[in-house]
Amino acid sequence: MIVILLLIPLSIIIAVGFLTAFIWAVRSGQYEDTCTPSMRLLLEEKRHLDATAVAESEPSLPIQNVKEQ
Amino acid sequence: MALPHTDQLHRFSEIETIPLGNERNIANTPCIHCGSLCHTGMFALADKSFCCRGCLTVFEILTANGLTEFYTLSESAGVRVTTTAKDDHFKFLDEPAVRERLVDYSDARLTRVTFHIPSIHCIACVWLLENLFHLKPGIGQTQVNFPRKEVALSFDSTQVKLSEVVTLLASLGYEPELKLSALDSKPRSRVSRRLWIQLGLAGFAFGNIMLFSISDYLGLDAFAGPWFQRMVGAISFTLSLPVVIYSAADYWRAAWTSAWQRILNIDVPIAAGVAAIFLQSCYEVIAGIGNGYFDSLCGLIFFLLCGKLFQQKTYDRLAFDRDYKSFFPLSVTRRAGRAGSPLPAARDRQGDGAHGVTRPTTVDEEQVSLSQLDVGDRLIIRNGELIPADAKLVSGPALIDYSFVTGESEPVGKAADDYLYAGGRQMGGAIEVEMIKNVSQSYLTSLWNQDAFQKEKAELLNQITNNYSQRFTKLVIIVALGAAVFWTFVNPALALKAFASVLIVACPCALALAAPFALGTAQRVLARRNIFLKNPYVIETLAAVDSVVFDKTGTLTAAGAGSVTWVGVPAISLAPRFSPVSGGDIRGKPFQRLVGRAKEETVETVSNSRHTDNSRLKPGVNETDASNPSDLSESEERWLFSMTRHSMHPLPVRIGEAIKHNYFPEPVRSFLETPGCGMEGSVAGHEIWMGSAAWLESRGAWRAAVSAAACRSNEGSGTFDDGTQTDALGTGTGALQGSAVHVALDGKYRGSYLLTSALRPETERLVSGLNGRCEVALLSGDNEKERGRFVEMFEAEAQLNFNQSPLDKLTFIKHRQEAGKTVMMVGDGLNDAGALRQADVGVAVVENVSAFSPASDVIMAASMVTQIAEVLRYAKQSLRVVRTAFWISAAYNMVGVAIAASGKLSPVVCAILMPVSSVTVVAFACGAAAWFGRRAFKVEAQP
Repeated sequence: MIVILLLIPLSIIIAVGFLTAFIWAVRSGQYEDTCTPSMRLLLEEKRHLDATAVAESEPSLPIQNVKEQ
Repeated sequence: MALPHTDQLHRFSEIETIPLGNERNIANTPCIHCGSLCHTGMFALADKSFCCRGCLTVFEILTANGLTEFYTLSESAGVRVTTTAKDDHFKFLDEPAVRERLVDYSDARLTRVTFHIPSIHCIACVWLLENLFHLKPGIGQTQVNFPRKEVALSFDSTQVKLSEVVTLLASLGYEPELKLSALDSKPRSRVSRRLWIQLGLAGFAFGNIMLFSISDYLGLDAFAGPWFQRMVGAISFTLSLPVVIYSAADYWRAAWTSAWQRILNIDVPIAAGVAAIFLQSCYEVIAGIGNGYFDSLCGLIFFLLCGKLFQQKTYDRLAFDRDYKSFFPLSVTRRAGRAGSPLPAARDRQGDGAHGVTRPTTVDEEQVSLSQLDVGDRLIIRNGELIPADAKLVSGPALIDYSFVTGESEPVGKAADDYLYAGGRQMGGAIEVEMIKNVSQSYLTSLWNQDAFQKEKAELLNQITNNYSQRFTKLVIIVALGAAVFWTFVNPALALKAFASVLIVACPCALALAAPFALGTAQRVLARRNIFLKNPYVIETLAAVDSVVFDKTGTLTAAGAGSVTWVGVPAISLAPRFSPVSGGDIRGKPFQRLVGRAKEETVETVSNSRHTDNSRLKPGVNETDASNPSDLSESEERWLFSMTRHSMHPLPVRIGEAIKHNYFPEPVRSFLETPGCGMEGSVAGHEIWMGSAAWLESRGAWRAAVSAAACRSNEGSGTFDDGTQTDALGTGTGALQGSAVHVALDGKYRGSYLLTSALRPETERLVSGLNGRCEVALLSGDNEKERGRFVEMFEAEAQLNFNQSPLDKLTFIKHRQEAGKTVMMVGDGLNDAGALRQADVGVAVVENVSAFSPASDVIMAASMVTQIAEVLRYAKQSLRVVRTAFWISAAYNMVGVAIAASGKLSPVVCAILMPVSSVTVVAFACGAAAWFGRRAFKVEAQP
């Protein structure tokens, strides 16, 4: 029964890990727009093929997550 | 246009022009880029055909940059490029004052900006915009927010200017919406992010506490020993602490505010319940009696937040709070010198490439933002542009479309020195005006200084829940006190527990959830039918509406979509005529009759679809035609069609649309348009005059036929230049009114095209559906020419007011409200803005949902206007669903309270009862609202 003393803190740590991940996801704006990423997903693969063709014009600017300041 | 592959743009001269003989094949080919039918068939590249030069340009740009995948992503993905902006059209964006307010972030190198682009519509748009960096060096990442139709893009400001980015977007057909309101700060709320975190936290605590409490529910504590129970209690307490403090924060604040204002709304019993559960549980844990009700507490807050999220559904792409600033453009063209020479009458017809695209830029013009304008400035207003402030016409033939401002359905011609109101749209060539008033003090914009705009509309949010919760709260407090008093005498040890238990169980979770879920579902049901509510609680007001006020133009009548009918005269000597072989059987279909039999099949569908809307409303027209043998031949009609293509005047444009069939335009020689009179030109060697009766008469073409025309149609003098004088064509079934364009061929009067503004189909059914159930009224800014048509339709006591100014409309609504009515205003233009704001429910009617609409509570697609009666009925049904849900939750509460008052409440009972009651209420509310929705709109699905 004493093993529960180990299991409970472990389970809480894991759960808190997921909660943190969730909060990070919300804060980084992933819940702002739940529609466009699903469309982008379908495009991703082809975009790579395309990128090789026009490799020299890759974006020169850092890719940043667009979010409010 | 400073695009990387500018050489592409110079290849128009090499475009293969399809020989005339092939016109029929081309005519039915959809444009590769935008999918619209290529009627002109002029633009083609290899085997691909395009509808216009703009589409071809975009295709070439994309091909040259290896972005052809765009066309594989979805069928006819492109946006038709309708504006051919000049290079310096967006120059004003580089002014520091404008630029600073548009961009989100800017440093020495990187600039980030967010644009709203209404034309984003499919996956290919997303792909193209996110691959924008291929097209221009210096553009960095672009990210599309599809539901909001927004693009966030970053660019290197040392390499590209903001104006160049916008020009690039515009050249692809994705012109950002640059309106005056964009210059105001954009408040972006973080509410939704906060709500998500609150919800996640509550859900996390709810689930974990329940897991730890399973041993408690099943009575396994005894095996583990008392230390285990204490540990679980401590963990539960720790987990629920952030929930109570952070997730429930809004309830504490709301309850505090309403208690302070001595209003007993739903937040008070919720807060009291949460406090009671929390304190009772803390006491139990500290005293070592048990583990408390932390699981129920977190579950309760979790469900409440779910309800909140559900009701917070907003329609991002719609804006319910726009004022005139969203309508006015960001910039206008100003003449640098105040007293300049009058403009040469530069006319061009945009979009179809029939004329030159670029106009020489005069040196003394500059693009300035509206905020920099001052009284006395000379502005140049081009075709389709808005007059930003009250002004005086200096030069140019002005033809102003005031439909959005005053509700007048047809444009009016103005002469030099005439006063022009702000908000009018110039049709035709460029004009020069001199500002008389500032932008914010003009006739139209001063409407926003009215009281109705000054005070916030009283928010009657969630009235129904609050009404019930008042009674409910009082009852709960009485029961709780009663239980406490009872147990004090019987068993004092149980008194406090019973008191707390009643408060815990009676916590009005289900009550608080009923309205958000039922009304939220109703809001979604309506949204699926293109009726968008500002928030779910608009339904409460909708259900109470007992007076409906309609605007005419654009609301009951569809703008620009009327019938066009040829009324010929039996001319004495006719030009070659189409042999009337099939005249007998297709009589009554004015256009089909004019078409050769070879084409009959294809055209039949076209003309039928065009006439389904109108023929039902105007049975008289067809009879007139049947008695009239003087048709135009096919080639004659084609000549007229060719003529109409050269005019920007709305009447010829409408005629051209109606008679275009598959015609290929023929070249028009010596074309001349005289504003206020008509146009003349020669096609295939025939002299054609189209215009007002007076004008034709002055040229001698009228007299010969006037007697013949007069005996059949007691005709007034219809004019070409404006709609103030109209033809009245007396027919058997009632007055048919509208404007007429008279036609003379080779100097002989042949007849006229009669144009009527069409009522939306089923308008009659709508009005008769409302008659008797609520008061109906009509307010129109237009003149009285169509009164007769509406008198028949409306009830005898209904008020029909014409020539209403925007302020008159507002005052009318106010008077109805003072008479104790709950008023719903249905309107579309800026001229209705005051009335929409004043009304209890303002309904803005839009042809295109993402287009501009004035501030309102409801935004409705024009096609749904005729179903307003159904919407009102559905609102009433939705409220009935909410009330029933209240009773279900009351039944649960009664059971719970009975258990609680007897002092036997255990955490298990609480943990079961609470979610079960919430889930049933939510399921009922959603299910019933959706069911009523399906039924309410199924009935009238078939016309």
